[in-house]
Amino acid sequence: MKPRSGAKVIIESFVQEAVDAVFGIPGGAVIDIFDELNKSPVNFYLTRHEQGAAHAADGYARATGKVGVCIATSGPGATNLVTGLATANMDSVPVVALTGQVPTSMIGNDAFQEAYTSGITRSITKHNYLVKDVNDLPRILKEAFLIAATGRPGPVAIDIPKDVQQALTSVPYPKEIEIRGYKPTVKGHLRQIRQVADAIKKAKKPVILAGGGVIASGAHKELHELATRARIPVTTTLMGLGTFPETDPLALKMLGMHGTAYANYAMVEADLIISVGARFDDRITGKLSEFAVNADIVHIDIDPTSIGKSVPVDIPVVGDARAVLRELLKILEPPRTAAWLKKIAKWKKEQPLAYKDDDALRPQYVIEQVCALTKGDAVITTEVGQNQMWAAQFYTYTKPRTFLSSGGLGTMGYGLPAAIGAQAGLPGATVVDIAGDGSIQMNIQELATACLNDLPVKVMILNNGYLGMVRQWQELFYAENYSFTCLRRGKDCPEDCDHSFENCPKRAIPDFVKLAEAYGAVGIRVTKKKDVVPAIKKALATKKPVIVDFIVEREENVYPMVPSGGSLKHMMGGMA
Amino acid sequence: MKHTISVLVENHFGVLARVSSMFSARGYNIDSLCVGETEDPAVSRMTVVVPGDDRVLEQIEKQLNKLIEVIEIVDLTQEDYVERELVMVKVSATNSVRTEVLEVANIFRAKVVDLAKDAIVVEVTGTEGKVQAFIDMMRPFGIRELVRTGRIAIARSPK
Repeated sequence: MKPRSGAKVIIESFVQEAVDAVFGIPGGAVIDIFDELNKSPVNFYLTRHEQGAAHAADGYARATGKVGVCIATSGPGATNLVTGLATANMDSVPVVALTGQVPTSMIGNDAFQEAYTSGITRSITKHNYLVKDVNDLPRILKEAFLIAATGRPGPVAIDIPKDVQQALTSVPYPKEIEIRGYKPTVKGHLRQIRQVADAIKKAKKPVILAGGGVIASGAHKELHELATRARIPVTTTLMGLGTFPETDPLALKMLGMHGTAYANYAMVEADLIISVGARFDDRITGKLSEFAVNADIVHIDIDPTSIGKSVPVDIPVVGDARAVLRELLKILEPPRTAAWLKKIAKWKKEQPLAYKDDDALRPQYVIEQVCALTKGDAVITTEVGQNQMWAAQFYTYTKPRTFLSSGGLGTMGYGLPAAIGAQAGLPGATVVDIAGDGSIQMNIQELATACLNDLPVKVMILNNGYLGMVRQWQELFYAENYSFTCLRRGKDCPEDCDHSFENCPKRAIPDFVKLAEAYGAVGIRVTKKKDVVPAIKKALATKKPVIVDFIVEREENVYPMVPSGGSLKHMMGGMA
Repeated sequence: MKHTISVLVENHFGVLARVSSMFSARGYNIDSLCVGETEDPAVSRMTVVVPGDDRVLEQIEKQLNKLIEVIEIVDLTQEDYVERELVMVKVSATNSVRTEVLEVANIFRAKVVDLAKDAIVVEVTGTEGKVQAFIDMMRPFGIRELVRTGRIAIARSPK
């Protein structure tokens, strides 16, 4: 093979791996890569911050199921990727991040823009590399794409010194690769699956708990068949939203801290929990010693470390969700669940998700209207906090890959760049970022990326002038001491603000409408409930990025709520 | 309970950091960790001694297995195995007590590896119990410095 540079090998890997979108920012240590990228057919999106590039690659990957790719330079470029990589790592999103590094001869010298990137990213990636020899680069790139996309997916970071990008190699890009220490178990153990079938057959009060693993393995059809044939209700984690259509009578929607009352009651009373691709995070179990005490637990997961980590499991099945469910469906014998479903239907009727539907402009109403006007067919991204929970609760999800949210890490500032990545991957889709006025400011600069690349994302800001979720905790657990959560507070505010809002300064910083216009996007402000629908309609009809600034009820809370560390039995609020 | 885990890893740059940082990131303790090349220069063996109950051990094994560069893990504690540790002790030994020190060293089949006017360096190899007993016997003479390798272990061949 004719020798070519390391930078050329990188572009070759993009073509071979069918990467059609790359996000990033150039810098001194990656100029060689960008020089080649510019000559290639790969679409590159120049973000305004490397964190935006990492989240965009993540959003692209979640929306399309393909590997997302981002590039940053050495030092600050690489450290700016960190939050994005940690986000993708917690939520098992396939991302390959390439970072430039100072030349190998200078590594360890505290050179200009040098950071120990492989050390910094080690614990927040599925795997990472420092390439010291250009002849290793083809293999490492191939391994990185394989590792990112298979097994339990995750981000892989490759740190590439500048001289390695420039050096020549004639090693070809491998077609296939074997990694002896990496053999994810795909097929489930048949004896274990037989046990699952037996447990289902005998169950009187079974519940399926579906997580993000169902999306990662593309098992939603199998999940649907399991639930409908066996007549078992399905609750989903935040990451599992969209794995089971919430329009189905068997759907219990989300469980956990801000889950529905009926999902949580079902977990408390269940005699069998069939977890598929979920990891029993503390936000869904509540107090562990009181979690699902009546139930046998089946845990289907491709990652053995997830099994038995927090909750003792009765029937573990290590394997790919889709492969395991397919085997299970072959031997499935439906249990008798009529009485159980009747009981759940009663809970659903008695304690639905609700909010006060009065004349006030309430955030939940906004979400419901976004859902109605997009016919539940949009790709929703969220920021983190109250906006995220309301988006999870009040939009009706029916398809996988339509709810993109930072679940594990809880990264404020995720929603806008993720929406940009999703829109880049799905040009025809309606992509809506449900935002808060706090979170959106953490990556607002990406509005420039959206505008300049004709990515018409819609940002719905639920503007309550607070870091709302923290304020809610302060209200409920810290004696209403709203320390540093009011985003409208300034030097001119009274020392002892009683948050009655009577003396609140009339200002909004920033003015999101003007801000949208400054970036070349469209800005709309809504202060009255009756203007919500026309504003959303206008936003959806606009071919440009739009920010709609909904000035919502300031102290609306997310309910129901299981206080941190509490039992799922004891929920606060939730009734209209 | 203490477990002796034998971990085969790729002999790559950064593997030791990856394994040890997994332990610290997840809050597991390490009593000792030894690493060296095996019969295959592309592979290193780590012998890690970790305290923990069965549940912790299960997680440690799974988390180790999850690391791409880990090839194989054996919890030797579940098997028949041989363990050794090497210790060098620099002990005060002037003329008056030197014979006594040497006598104790002899009993433990320890080797004198350095001799000076007022001190001896003795080396002893054995199980942790033996090594500890030796150190305890040396202590009254005055241990000036002590260095131990940590445990290495190997499974016995099937009989």
